[in-house]
Amino acid sequence: MSVYLDYAATTPLRKEVFDCYVEHLQTLGNPSSVHSSGQLVRQALEEARESLAKSVDCNRSEVIFTAGGTESVNLAIKGLFWQRVGEDSKRKVIISAATEHHASLDPMEWLEKHDGAEILWLPVDRDGVIDLDFLEDYLQEHHENVAFVNLMWANNETGVITDINRVTAMTKPCGIPVHSDSIATFGHIPISFSSSGLSAMSVSAHKIGGPVGAGALIVSRSTKLVSIIHGGGQERGMRSGTMNAPVAKAFAVAAELAVSELAEEHLRLEALRDKLVQGVKNITPLAHHTAAKSPRMPHNAHFTFDGCSGDSLLFLLDQQGVCVSVGSACQAGVNGPSHVLLAMGRTEREANGCIRMTLGKQSTEADVDAFLSALPKALDGALRAGLTT
Amino acid sequence: MKVLAAMSGGVDSAVAAARAVEAGHEVVGVHLALSRMPGTLRTGSRGCCTIEDSMDAQRAANVIGIPYYVWDFSERFKLEVVDDFINEYQAGRTPNPCMRCNERIKFAALLEKGLALGFDAVCTGHYASILTDDEGNLELHRSMALAKDQSYVLGVLTAEQLNHSMFPLGHTASKDLIRAEAAERGLSVAAKPDSYDICFIPEGDTQDWLADRLGNTTGEIVDMQGTVLGEHKGAHGFTVGQRKGLQLGKPAADGKPRYVLAVDVNTNKVVVGPQQALAVVELVGNKFTWCGKAQENPEEFFAAHVQVRAHGEQVACQVAVVDGAMVIRCDEPIYGVAPGQTAVIYLGTRVLAQTTIDHTVSAVDSFSTASASIGSSLDGDV
Repeated sequence: MSVYLDYAATTPLRKEVFDCYVEHLQTLGNPSSVHSSGQLVRQALEEARESLAKSVDCNRSEVIFTAGGTESVNLAIKGLFWQRVGEDSKRKVIISAATEHHASLDPMEWLEKHDGAEILWLPVDRDGVIDLDFLEDYLQEHHENVAFVNLMWANNETGVITDINRVTAMTKPCGIPVHSDSIATFGHIPISFSSSGLSAMSVSAHKIGGPVGAGALIVSRSTKLVSIIHGGGQERGMRSGTMNAPVAKAFAVAAELAVSELAEEHLRLEALRDKLVQGVKNITPLAHHTAAKSPRMPHNAHFTFDGCSGDSLLFLLDQQGVCVSVGSACQAGVNGPSHVLLAMGRTEREANGCIRMTLGKQSTEADVDAFLSALPKALDGALRAGLTT
Repeated sequence: MKVLAAMSGGVDSAVAAARAVEAGHEVVGVHLALSRMPGTLRTGSRGCCTIEDSMDAQRAANVIGIPYYVWDFSERFKLEVVDDFINEYQAGRTPNPCMRCNERIKFAALLEKGLALGFDAVCTGHYASILTDDEGNLELHRSMALAKDQSYVLGVLTAEQLNHSMFPLGHTASKDLIRAEAAERGLSVAAKPDSYDICFIPEGDTQDWLADRLGNTTGEIVDMQGTVLGEHKGAHGFTVGQRKGLQLGKPAADGKPRYVLAVDVNTNKVVVGPQQALAVVELVGNKFTWCGKAQENPEEFFAAHVQVRAHGEQVACQVAVVDGAMVIRCDEPIYGVAPGQTAVIYLGTRVLAQTTIDHTVSAVDSFSTASASIGSSLDGDV
């Protein structure tokens, strides 16, 4: 039985979610059909929408179901850009940060390459904190060129939280929409879409005990965006395609559970995480806790290790049955240096020598203890292998 | 033994890993990521570093039932292989990047890392055999499948590296047998085409790739006496021994075809001449290594065979170490050899030594080269 410390990658499907999912998979009907079979499935879908709306604190009509986080982020970024440029051709600047997930970076860079977008990368300090003063100054001078602001709520690798309310307070006077990738935050810390001032927010089910292939983009009622998928006009015309009621239902159940347990889990996981961090520090002076002083997620512990490569550590921990991550999983399972750490001004060596442990609902003290007892052997081997790559 | 199986995503390394498992070893599959920007799909038969290749390797590892990881060697590969390749061409030499990769990545960086992580050996799908002599010394030999023999590109291995290497395909008589075995094992790479080109040149056009990095400067095409015969659009477009594409307009006085004899990077001149001027009778390499046990009394000339390209013919020769350099006197001339190429010395089927050629002595008087050749010795795979 392996020790799983990679909840930021994905989480176990919860029993309640599984039961609900399987039950609804057996119901016949297309939610767009007018007959009673269709209406029954539509009812389940709308229940899910209402429930998820409650969990993220938004209006039910603001929930656009998608097939996952990456799709949600793509819809927000491309949809907002095309909408804004369509309204005013000089609004080509997307403001973001290089610490974003690839689900954000790649569509933005695609728009830059193919569609005339200009990206303003906000400065990020060594502790992963985005320079919002810079944003404020920039908006005062150049807001008329800005299409939208795109900043994740919390970073998936380092767990550093960005003050989204401060961002929207700056953009509100100039009417600039803000999208936030909230995939690493939703269900872990309190989120209220309605009071966030956001125009759009991406969430995903499998990070909180739901199934893979379930996501949503929360789009405020006053926000317009161009669809990237055209067809039957489902989901306010923003996401055509037969709506997946069983998946939506499963997502809603997972969200409801996560949010209802949030306060308690937050404290529990934070304590476990602190134990893990202290344990690592006790084992070796070569470990540096990333962004220790920054506002950050309760279930995330990210370290860089002097003289080790992350993939050696990962391999040696895996050999002992402990699953950790070296950051975001990249194409083909290739773990290059973390782009997040590089964006934080860290050296390539630091960016190659990091591992991330993330905890979740099923994490226990025993998991942390198992990790801490596996770490010395892994460190020993990783140090011998050095930075051979 | 704990064995690290280097898996490229091709059929050979997959079968090699499977055989290592069957031999009772504890095997972990590892795919070397050699580029930070891997292509998504192969084009044609090319490459061993695309995402598709990595997925193929992973799928093979799953079928064999071994753990699988991808390790990033891209930085080291760029420094040790790609930059070396460019620098060598820039210096007017003809490098063999597959040899450099074996020398500096697979049996150096990967092996060192593997040993540090608790492994005993690196296993690859190379067609070559490791045998033990009467005294217990390890020897590298040609593969039983002579048509696929890859002992040439492994000539850089030292005794210590041989001690930690495993080539389970060396005793198989043909690649067809390997493919059949892969199919029998349910490996979907059984019918995957071989890779023939340089893995880091995705379009397969070495000249264009080099021109992008080194630039193209128009220069003169001259004969052996220095008479200007025409103009070229960039030296990288020429290979020693090349006959076609010279576009010289008028034929030679004797009416016989002309060949590229050398490319002088200092003067940016391409030298052409008759075929007999390509003939080389002596090769000298200042740096050499013994593959396994060294030759006794190497200062005295001894009979051996030399091979100068991956799938080239071997030629009988006399070899000795003279003033610290390896001198190879060919019994009969060999054609189109460029400095930078590797000469591998064989005793029967055994690989004895290798040296990078620094200069050649022509069979034709006054046409020996000390540098100045641009071409490609790459006619084979890794």
